[in-house]
Amino acid sequence: MYAFNYQRPKTVRQAAGLLAKAGGDGKLLAGGQTLLPTMKQRLASPAMLIDLNQVDGMGGIELKGRNLHIGAMTKHADVANSHIVKTAIPGLAALAEGIGDPAVRNRGTIGGSIANNDPAADYPAACLGLGATIVTNKRKIPADEFFTGMFDTALEDGEIITKVIFPVPQKAAYEKFPNPASRYAMVGVFVGKKGSDVRVAVTGAGANGVFRLPEFEAALKTRFNAKSLDGLSVPADGLNGDIHASPDYRAHLIGVMAKRAVNKALGK
Amino acid sequence: MSATGIGAPVRRTEDFRFITGKGQYTDDINRAGQAHAYFLRSPHAHADIVKIDTSKAKAMDGVIAILTGDDLAADKIGGLICGWMIHNKDGSPMRAGGHPALAQGKVRYVGDHVAVIIAETYQQAKDAAEAVDVTYKTLPAAADIDSALKKGAPVIHDVAPDNTVFNWHLGDKAATDAAFAKAKHVTKLDLINNRLVPNPMEPRAAVGDFDAGTGVFTLYTTSQNPHVARLVLSAFIGIAPEHKLRVIAPDVGGGFGSKIFIYAEETVCVWAAKKVGRPVKWTSDRTEAFLSDAHGRDHVTHAEMALDDKGRILGLRVNTKANLGAYLSTFSSSVPTYLYAPLLSGQYNIPAIYCEVDAVYTNTAPVDAYRGAGRPEATFVIERLVEVAARERGEDPALFRRKNFVTQFPHQTPVIMAYDVGNYSASLDKAMDMADVKNFGKRKKESERHGKLRGLGYSAYIEACGIAPSQAVGSLGAGVGLWESAEVRVNPVGTVEVLTGSHSHGQGHETTFAQLVSDRLGIPLDQVSIVHGDTDKVQFGMGTYGSRSGAVGMSAIAQAIDKVIAKGKKVAAYALEASEGDIDFKDGRFSVKGTDKSLAFGEVALQAYIAHKFSGQQLEPGLKETAFYDPTNFTFPAGVHICEVEIDPDTGVTRIDRWTAVDDFGVVINPMIVEGQVHGGIAQGVGQALLEGAHYNKDGQLVTASYMDYTMPRADDLPSFAVGMTSTPCPSNPLGIKGCGEAGAIAAPPAVINAITDALGHENISMPATPQRVWQAVQQSQRKLAAE
Repeated sequence: MYAFNYQRPKTVRQAAGLLAKAGGDGKLLAGGQTLLPTMKQRLASPAMLIDLNQVDGMGGIELKGRNLHIGAMTKHADVANSHIVKTAIPGLAALAEGIGDPAVRNRGTIGGSIANNDPAADYPAACLGLGATIVTNKRKIPADEFFTGMFDTALEDGEIITKVIFPVPQKAAYEKFPNPASRYAMVGVFVGKKGSDVRVAVTGAGANGVFRLPEFEAALKTRFNAKSLDGLSVPADGLNGDIHASPDYRAHLIGVMAKRAVNKALGK
Repeated sequence: MSATGIGAPVRRTEDFRFITGKGQYTDDINRAGQAHAYFLRSPHAHADIVKIDTSKAKAMDGVIAILTGDDLAADKIGGLICGWMIHNKDGSPMRAGGHPALAQGKVRYVGDHVAVIIAETYQQAKDAAEAVDVTYKTLPAAADIDSALKKGAPVIHDVAPDNTVFNWHLGDKAATDAAFAKAKHVTKLDLINNRLVPNPMEPRAAVGDFDAGTGVFTLYTTSQNPHVARLVLSAFIGIAPEHKLRVIAPDVGGGFGSKIFIYAEETVCVWAAKKVGRPVKWTSDRTEAFLSDAHGRDHVTHAEMALDDKGRILGLRVNTKANLGAYLSTFSSSVPTYLYAPLLSGQYNIPAIYCEVDAVYTNTAPVDAYRGAGRPEATFVIERLVEVAARERGEDPALFRRKNFVTQFPHQTPVIMAYDVGNYSASLDKAMDMADVKNFGKRKKESERHGKLRGLGYSAYIEACGIAPSQAVGSLGAGVGLWESAEVRVNPVGTVEVLTGSHSHGQGHETTFAQLVSDRLGIPLDQVSIVHGDTDKVQFGMGTYGSRSGAVGMSAIAQAIDKVIAKGKKVAAYALEASEGDIDFKDGRFSVKGTDKSLAFGEVALQAYIAHKFSGQQLEPGLKETAFYDPTNFTFPAGVHICEVEIDPDTGVTRIDRWTAVDDFGVVINPMIVEGQVHGGIAQGVGQALLEGAHYNKDGQLVTASYMDYTMPRADDLPSFAVGMTSTPCPSNPLGIKGCGEAGAIAAPPAVINAITDALGHENISMPATPQRVWQAVQQSQRKLAAE
């Protein structure tokens, strides 16, 4: 790790001010589950770390009408164990329970995960699969516009995620095929059904990060049943290939995981 | 059997300090004035070093020294050695390229040592390393066996222009050819034994120290064999004469072979301590461990088995190419030769065997012994072959094995080994019973109902352990003898210290060795302490590897105990005023036959030290004996493992549903520890079969250099193991022990692969059988079925 300056603001406004002052050399520290290992390996060297852990009003889980509000600094373990989440969107609580290991879940945050947009992270699939809205200190961004590419988001300089709003679906579930080594998602499929709208979001597989499957969605809109996906396939073009899984294998797994997610959402 | 004697499942006495954080590992050792080393490593798999400019780095904060291969050469420090000479088929010696501890003019793998930066802190050393300006001229790399053997391949060592270290063979070629000529059926297989990274929990570490007052060097290091390290560092590398070099291997957190070897970093730390006048400490990080610990396995093999019309094995022909990496590590040459081919007979009667091995240099980390060392590779060959042969003949794999088992002992194989004792059918019977093989068909149907594929695989393994008779290994090229030493020091109050040349790095010697002493001397376990790992305390010893600490190390202790008892009888005779021949020793008491006169062991010890009852002319005072035990044969642990898997054809995920292990380890000292060894070995074997694989890309970059890509076995990858035992005591050592440390890792891989191929109805699956590979095999099978 290289030397860096460290700041611990108390408000979002102060944090944004510090971030602006640092120019491109500042980094927000949320749970630090990606940033700190990267810094230890000397792969990242921000001149300033702005620690959000003491900023007021960035945590908390609240059900407001038919929307679930989760503060950006809410830890995975808190989402996983929350009675509110388990009742409103059990598929989201289950997803959070499957992130990393207990140490990661007790440090890592939803805002940090989304801002990082690791192509193998779980939360981006939930955001896209539930049609979430990402709230920042400046604006509200629909999930469909937020995830712009691998480790890339619509966030602008000085913009800080404060919370994520999930519309409560009728049915939702996440099915993950973990990478055997890292246990990140090699393929993860989130399926959400709200009224006539069905969303199918895939993480871990795409070379450009999380993406939706319009064909699968259309089929499930007709009938929300795993059988509706029979005969549908995903082209391997544009999917990741590595020593663990070729694009072909990932394409195949997307189909399998999607069906299993639908079955899970149906309580099968 | 007493509660703490031989055969008792005594809880490990050393665990209290380990699980309460009181262990003393090399990294826990800090010397006054200590500086820190960081190794600058090659980012290239193959390159000439044009220039190393350290001027900027030397001027940085905290930097004490930056040393390179030139400094080693100037101090006449020799290169690292390979201690086992292998000869080519034509009798010429193997071609060993130089192995400097810091590169001299050329780097040969990613992670090769270019320079050491010594600074006040580790961070400062690391910072300065980034400022060392190395000019490389990169060369094409040969990152695997095929690329290294291709015509026009880059030459890694000038001494081996075709990148071949040796062409070696064992067995009778003419007899084997004749066996194949009369065969009714020949089974052929191409096999890859995948490359593994050892991954002990504790990474390697070293603290080098030099006392300018006495001229004595001390090296604290993560070693399985500190005396061998001292011998090599002294006699071959030239750090200091042996009496001026102390090597201490304190608590060591796992080794699996990777800590047998004498590496560059440890060598440089002890040498540099004198050079900079400060103790020098280095602790490997996990990435460095991936890059620079000696890897294991990495064989490519074509094997053929000849059968007669009744399915009896007539002969075996094996051709193996073994990747030894960029340099020959300490015992690397012995692994694909004498630790491999002599085990190819397995548990079977095979009249003729011929094995050829080409060892190959590549631009990868050195490859050396890793848990099992050669024997897992041999077992994989023979156990895959017999399985496939049985299936090709339409025979039950268990019956096919049984038909070909060796049943008469001693049994001389055509490849050196003389099996002394065993009962292979007994292990097979017990394993089949425990595994409920007879109901496998029902379970298979039940799996099918759920859309799953179920398979069952056997592995009837044998290994040669308790290495080894010194004369025998000497005749095969070993540079050392493989006896073991022990000293049993009885204190005046009757407590006992055992100094052993074995070294525990997880095996539980402090418990099992004490059990032997408690058993033999009839004293409580807590009156015994086991001392190891310090060349200043312990007489020369050979260390721990090859499942030898029980069979060889404890035999030495037993021999020394016998001498202690013999001396104790003399002392007791004077003290009890009886003749020596009338003294009995039993249950911790010396007594005069036919009388009620007796003395406890502790009382005799006191008499030996106060020496009031005898004169120094009659008997030497004191009670301390030493023994050097050299075994008369290898030991031959053997057994049968049965693996049952269930495969999800949609994803290719293999779940191990059942595991049965029945092992014959001869006499068992502590069944709980032995069972733990079996568990750990199976976990590593399953790791090789399903999960682990070191992968270099074609440029020689290690793709699996962290746990993000290298799949270690985890608890949820494994079932609960059913472990059983049979026992035929080993006749070649006084305790009847065969050894258990490597069995699981040897037995497991073919059991898993045989089970998967049974489930798939498909013979072609490589290790690790990852979900992707299994899914691909399922696709192939389905295509084949569709075509039929």
